[in-house]
Amino acid sequence: MSAASAKLEVAALNSFYGPVQILFDVGFSVGRGEVVALLGRNGAGKSTTFKSLMGLVDRREGAIRFEAEDIARLPTYEIARRGLGYVPEDRRVFAELTVEENLEVGRQPARGDAATWTPERLYALFPNLAEMRRRPGGQMSGGEQQMLTISRTLMGNPSLVLLDEPSEGLAPKIIEQMADAILAMKREGLSILLSEQNLHFARLISDRAYILEKGRIRFSGTVAELEANTAVRDQYLAV
Amino acid sequence: MTNALLEVEHLSKSYGGVHAVEDVSFRLFAGEMLALIGPNGAGKSTCFNMVGGQIPVGAGRIRITGRDTIGLSPRQIFRLGVGRTFQVAQVFKSMTVRENVETVFASRDGGLGFLGRAGSAHRTAAEEVLALTGMAEFAKRPCADMAYGDVKRLELAMALANDPKLLLMDEPAAGMAPLERVELMALTARIARERQIGVLFTEHDMDVVFAHADRMMVLNRGRLIAEGAPETVRRDPQVRAVYLGEGLVYDQAAAARRADA
Amino acid sequence: MALYVVQFLTGLANASSLFLAACGLSVIFGVTRIVNFAHGAFYMLGAYVAYSLTQRLEGGLGFWAGILVAAAVVALVGALLEMSLLRRIYRAPELFQLLATFGVTLMVEDLVHLIWGPQDLVGPRAPGLDGAVTVLGLPVPTYDLLLIVLGPLVLGALWLLMHRTRWGVLVRAATEDRDMVAALGVNQKWLFTGVFTLGIFLAAFGGALQIPRTAVTHQMDLSIIAEVFVVVVIGGLGSITGAFLAAVLIAELNAFGILVLPGISLVLMFLVMAVVLVIRPWGFLGKPIQTGVKTIGEATRPWRPWSPATSVLVAAAILLAALMPLLLGSYGLSVGAQILIAVVFAVSLQFQMSTGGLDSFGHAAYFGLGAYGAALAVEWSGLPMEAALLVGPLAGLAGALVFGWFCVRLSGVYFAMLTLAFAQITWSVAFQWVEVTGGDNGILGVWPSDWASSPAAFYWLTLAVAVVCVLVLRHLVFSPFGYRLRAVRDSTVRAEAIGISRQRTQYVAFAVSGTAAGLAGALFAFLKGSIFPDVLSIPTSIDALVMVLLGGVATVSGSVVGAIVYTMASIWLMSATDLSRLVLGAVIVFLVVAFPQGIVGSLAGLVAGPLERWRRPAGAARPVALPAEGRQ
Repeated sequence: MSAASAKLEVAALNSFYGPVQILFDVGFSVGRGEVVALLGRNGAGKSTTFKSLMGLVDRREGAIRFEAEDIARLPTYEIARRGLGYVPEDRRVFAELTVEENLEVGRQPARGDAATWTPERLYALFPNLAEMRRRPGGQMSGGEQQMLTISRTLMGNPSLVLLDEPSEGLAPKIIEQMADAILAMKREGLSILLSEQNLHFARLISDRAYILEKGRIRFSGTVAELEANTAVRDQYLAV
Repeated sequence: MTNALLEVEHLSKSYGGVHAVEDVSFRLFAGEMLALIGPNGAGKSTCFNMVGGQIPVGAGRIRITGRDTIGLSPRQIFRLGVGRTFQVAQVFKSMTVRENVETVFASRDGGLGFLGRAGSAHRTAAEEVLALTGMAEFAKRPCADMAYGDVKRLELAMALANDPKLLLMDEPAAGMAPLERVELMALTARIARERQIGVLFTEHDMDVVFAHADRMMVLNRGRLIAEGAPETVRRDPQVRAVYLGEGLVYDQAAAARRADA
Repeated sequence: MALYVVQFLTGLANASSLFLAACGLSVIFGVTRIVNFAHGAFYMLGAYVAYSLTQRLEGGLGFWAGILVAAAVVALVGALLEMSLLRRIYRAPELFQLLATFGVTLMVEDLVHLIWGPQDLVGPRAPGLDGAVTVLGLPVPTYDLLLIVLGPLVLGALWLLMHRTRWGVLVRAATEDRDMVAALGVNQKWLFTGVFTLGIFLAAFGGALQIPRTAVTHQMDLSIIAEVFVVVVIGGLGSITGAFLAAVLIAELNAFGILVLPGISLVLMFLVMAVVLVIRPWGFLGKPIQTGVKTIGEATRPWRPWSPATSVLVAAAILLAALMPLLLGSYGLSVGAQILIAVVFAVSLQFQMSTGGLDSFGHAAYFGLGAYGAALAVEWSGLPMEAALLVGPLAGLAGALVFGWFCVRLSGVYFAMLTLAFAQITWSVAFQWVEVTGGDNGILGVWPSDWASSPAAFYWLTLAVAVVCVLVLRHLVFSPFGYRLRAVRDSTVRAEAIGISRQRTQYVAFAVSGTAAGLAGALFAFLKGSIFPDVLSIPTSIDALVMVLLGGVATVSGSVVGAIVYTMASIWLMSATDLSRLVLGAVIVFLVVAFPQGIVGSLAGLVAGPLERWRRPAGAARPVALPAEGRQ
């Protein structure tokens, strides 16, 4: 992946919570229209990586280039407005707000370089949501909340979406639906970076993968290469 | 057949007219690992917390070692010999590992507990429990410095300190690395067998469930839709339709292997 | 019959005023999670600025313009405060936010004094509305009718704002999860500033509307804030509609309570609040709040009993303190005794806060009860000092048992507000029940027994009490009870699941703390020889908080140091400046901003950070992987 065509490029990223360093010289890239998986166990630093990209950690150092612009010093809302959409691990749906209102919070002006989303288009992508427009987010099932949180992020018309453990805590059947939705987003031209622990799920949808362990990148390659490399899989993802 | 450790009969609970749990009945025997699975919002947690006393029972009855537990608080249920772990590990972060376990013993001291030092009084007992769960070397470590997998094991140690007959584990594998999951569940299974503890657990990780459950139950929309040996449940068409799907996202081969073994 | 109708209308008018003051607090809390103690100060400022403007502006239009401009001007001041101070402390523990905004209150009090002078001011009547309408043969002020209409109007307008505008939807979203709102591209800084400004506008508007009804005084801030806290707690923090219902309930109770028995209104308010909170611990329309930032627990390294070396140091320090009478004169010894009393007071609060995780904002109640208990034992029963020193702590204990029964049903910021309300009620009783307490004149002639009357003897007495108190409270931290108390603080669910009752454990801690505070109060009465209601006032509670804060909340006995430093500093400050509240307020604000972990805690943090990194080499550094939030 050459730097010129990269959508997102991260180099020498170090992140801290208080005095504790979580990420060490993390570097990776996501190409245009690519789906990249960040694999690793809990506590490896996957969520911290995403929060660092969004400026939600105490302190970070290093370069984060999005569309060739350094966004490492921007406040969170500016990063989001540049087209970086963030779907957090624990979904964080606004429980008191209805589905429609949740989507309204995510709404941002259309952007030239990315697909433009409306509630109607999202209801078409996730038909379950269409039936519960006025239901408060807190009264939805985990799977429905996961669809809502993705939709809410898409309302900002991002060109790159960060999906933090989209399969966590979902029924296998719902995970399969989630995989379909992610592939549909990819067809819309979106670039996607997702973190996963479920390798079965990650390989259904990803082009490339990185393995993160104790805050460092330990492997990078295509999904096929990862499949072939049993040593790496056993060491970092052993089931 | 011996008497069941846990008997749940016609358990129901509704919130504002919505049935979270409806007419659920099951039994759990000593030394048995029973998994409760189902989609999010199917009523697993509600069911679970009614057994643990965290949520008041709507209707039905629950008996633990033959005693009716309706209306008992979590504290009273604890005293009947019930240990539990939580989805997000609940430990005392400001204490050392050993102090965490000592606190379980200190909770049983009578009176106001103003006299004496809790630490020295319960040290030996605490260290025994830590040794049982392979945590002896961490005894003096501050809890806040522990990796999450070890925190989960500490939680198990705290649940075992009460010498429970029944162990309730809410998503024991959640938030852990695959290898840690296997270790924790293998440890739990071993202790449960040795001490004839009945274990009721909820879980989303099907690899864990198929590897360790002796029996499993599937909840959907508050109702029990299937119950039986893992292999039977895995093949159940209704369970596949509402929960397991096509089997693309868990290790089918391993589950089948265990069924054959 | 007619009388009741008129009382009812008066109650409704008061309800509107109360609602205007309270709803702003609720809105601000909802989004920023800050309980704005300075809300009363802004209410008062609104009244003062409106007074000045309406003096200059003529006619009906002038009057109303004055009211609105006053609210707008004060709101602007609020916006500046939000941008300069609050933005720095949004992530701080709620206790510190309460303290910082209290510091602002202190500063505003002195500023108002400087600008408008010490005297009460009487504003103009509202032009055209200064008459009365006859209802069933009795007069009702026309202005009251306007207020009755205004309350529901404001409620409706706020509802529309929150539900029908994008800004309102964003505000409600931020109420739930501010980081997520930012991650969706919303500049939450301005959202917060906007909400705070709106809340302050409402407070100032409420204050300004009072000028045709009552005199503008310096006591407006603290008297309204206690009532506002009660209203907001009953209505449910963050709920605007809840605040409205609670305001109506409280105001009507007051209106009819006066008919039954004048002076009973405070007791009634207390009873109603107690009943509501027992039935609905989160108020009418409130929800359990996830208190995100917890002071203790995460920040605390495991506590250990003193090592032999530390014990020797402590013994040396005690010996040094015992030798003070050889060095100091009688003034020095009386300052010394005052410091030692402050030590007892501070460690009593520290036990409750650090070990128990219960942030009390009304610890003055138990100090004051101890002081009054001892003083009344001497004055009414003629008991000697020895007996009175037992009555004091027992009075503190009794108060803690009664108030604590309600308080421990709640937690977090609700707990803090309820303790404050109880302290205010105790203060009002001491102030108003003149026959027993002497009211404002206090109780005089509370002198020690002969053997303890020399400055040196009394100093030694307080030293002995202080040493015993600190040692006993320290011992409790490591006793089985202390383990249970810390367990409840760290994880209530886990504690309950291993057979520890949260309420019972915290109740006992509350009682222990109240007893020790009562003992401090009793000694204080004998040190001063007299006692006045101000020992029960809010500033006394704040003194204790600042001492604990200075010492470090995450320590077992850091407040001993905090008490010594703070008492010496404030005695010096009182003698050095007339504007002591301005200086003290500024100091509190500075401390909160500069040392969010307390001075000892922050210093320890500065040392611990590099130490931690050194102890665990970078490669082996493990994230502390305890997830911050539970998932459902």
